Amino acid sequence: MLGDKIFAGIATACGVLVLVILSAIIISLFVGGLPAFRAFGPGFLTNTDWDPVKQVYGAAVPIYGTLITAVLAILLAVPLAFGIAFYLTELAPQWFRQPVGTAIELLAAVPSIIYGMWGFFIIVPIMGDYVQPFLIDTLGEVPLIGALFQGPAFGTGILTSALILAIMILPFIAATMRDVFLTVPGVFKESAYGVGCTTWEVMRSIVLPYTRASVVGGVMLGLGRALGETMAVTFVIGNTNRISTSLFGPGNTIASIVALEFPESPAGSLKLSSLLALGFLLFVISFIVLAISRFLLRTKVTK
Amino acid sequence: MKIASTALAIALAGISTAALAQPITGAGSSFAAPIYGKWGEAAAAAIGTKLNYQSIGSGAGINQVNARTVDFGASDMPVKAEDLAAHKLMQFPTVIGGVVIIVNIPGVEPDQLKLSGELLSEFYLGKITKWNDAKIVEMNNGLKLPDLAIAPVYRADGSGTTFVFTDYLSMLDPNWKSTVGSSTSVKWPVGNGAKGSEGVSAVVRQVKGGIGYAESAYAAQNHLTTTQMRNKAGSFVKPNMESFAAAAKFADWSKVQNFAIDLNDQQGAASWPIESATFVLLPTDAKDPAQTQAVIKFFDSSFKNGNKIATDLLYVPLPEAIQNTIRAAWSAQYKG
Repeated sequence: MLGDKIFAGIATACGVLVLVILSAIIISLFVGGLPAFRAFGPGFLTNTDWDPVKQVYGAAVPIYGTLITAVLAILLAVPLAFGIAFYLTELAPQWFRQPVGTAIELLAAVPSIIYGMWGFFIIVPIMGDYVQPFLIDTLGEVPLIGALFQGPAFGTGILTSALILAIMILPFIAATMRDVFLTVPGVFKESAYGVGCTTWEVMRSIVLPYTRASVVGGVMLGLGRALGETMAVTFVIGNTNRISTSLFGPGNTIASIVALEFPESPAGSLKLSSLLALGFLLFVISFIVLAISRFLLRTKVTK
Repeated sequence: MKIASTALAIALAGISTAALAQPITGAGSSFAAPIYGKWGEAAAAAIGTKLNYQSIGSGAGINQVNARTVDFGASDMPVKAEDLAAHKLMQFPTVIGGVVIIVNIPGVEPDQLKLSGELLSEFYLGKITKWNDAKIVEMNNGLKLPDLAIAPVYRADGSGTTFVFTDYLSMLDPNWKSTVGSSTSVKWPVGNGAKGSEGVSAVVRQVKGGIGYAESAYAAQNHLTTTQMRNKAGSFVKPNMESFAAAAKFADWSKVQNFAIDLNDQQGAASWPIESATFVLLPTDAKDPAQTQAVIKFFDSSFKNGNKIATDLLYVPLPEAIQNTIRAAWSAQYKG
């Protein structure tokens, strides 16, 4: 009896500890960022300046960079992940499903610094020598969207970061999709095939509607990872505090600017406070994304 | 048997001296980390002082010594006199290093291209955008320059090297001073950032038309394509030990307080125009004065025996007169 009580007490303490740690982090980030919020007010969110000489700091560029790279990464990763999951659950021969599934999981286990180095030394030169010049010469000439594909071909920039991020979040999204596709009761699919549906029609009309909420939830988990990724992005984004119209232009994300500027921020300075404020904002953005994903996953469970 | 016991005795003696001397701890400048590492090895052998140095960046090093978590801090940017007083610190330089310009222009060999501070400023302000701009061609009589976009690259992480470079641009171009200024990180009007000197040099190597800056030691070890620079006397100099040392000789140390000298744009026909000393910050009210004494002993010994090590790593040792002035400052500060 006593053993039971002790065990229950310890387990409760473990559970509560998570909440304590989480709120401690949020509170300390907020308190640390308070001088910056006070100094710049709501303008902190919209100011595009980041000028350590004049002591003016704004969060607009890193927030923009964080959101645009993450959204682009999702746009690139989701169709690919869908293809992988669809292939693995419907088309691939049985003997082939296991190796591909394992490879996807291995991709998820690669540390982000490896993606960063690989991106910097392999992907960036390819982008700079072939992909970007090609896109500048073709899409760059098109009216309206042309502005997105202009500028010098550094190889680094928003698009390259999005590409690396897409590869990094691909396994999370693909694995979630595969798992939820497998939850579709066979009887549904068999009935659809029975009335003469093609594979694509079964996917579109049976599997996707049945799993839609979970698929969106999986995408949101990928988005959450893309938002907070630091090292891989820092290597390839070009690290510049400007909002450029071109996708080849350099940018900055919240995580990368914090990583780069932190060592040169004196204790008690406005710069350090601004970095902590940025950390707090990243927390808020990630929290919103996670909340949406939880909400979408829950609707599936209660159905 | 006899040999074995002698060896044992020597080993035991080694252990006992190591146990007696507590290691000294330092943190800061990554620019100075290679030389402090080598000096540390030399001092351990010569005077038995062990150094534990963490290369965490100048700003972080200043934070650590202000908090007194290390015995000394190391910074590439001299600390202001009022901050030294506020945190009860003594400042002295240890070694000098040059900052060089690296480029990637097809057909241009190392140390072939001639540049000036004014031109560099206009590159990084985005005013000159092509390598065949009339101003560059005029300066490089006869050198064939392509119709290629200039792609400026800079350190994205806060860095003492960036301070030295932007300070130089501020001196040469009033326009740079008013619009950008100098610091360990600034608001760059154009260009791409990369992490660390290794990042800057890799991007410059990858991008045709790229230009960047790096510490001389780093550039030399990696065989980067450096350029000549025009100095204050108006002559063009190549980046090497002679030109770095020439600039250090012309520096007038007597006019500055706390050794906070700016070595950029010095007089002299052979002087390299972009260089800086790196500094050590020592508490004047240390809890354990013995540790501070050990730090002083360490640098004293390094000044005495470490000049060869410094030149091997392409740093310029301080002129002997300055080393002696620093010794005098130590005795004045830490009497007894």
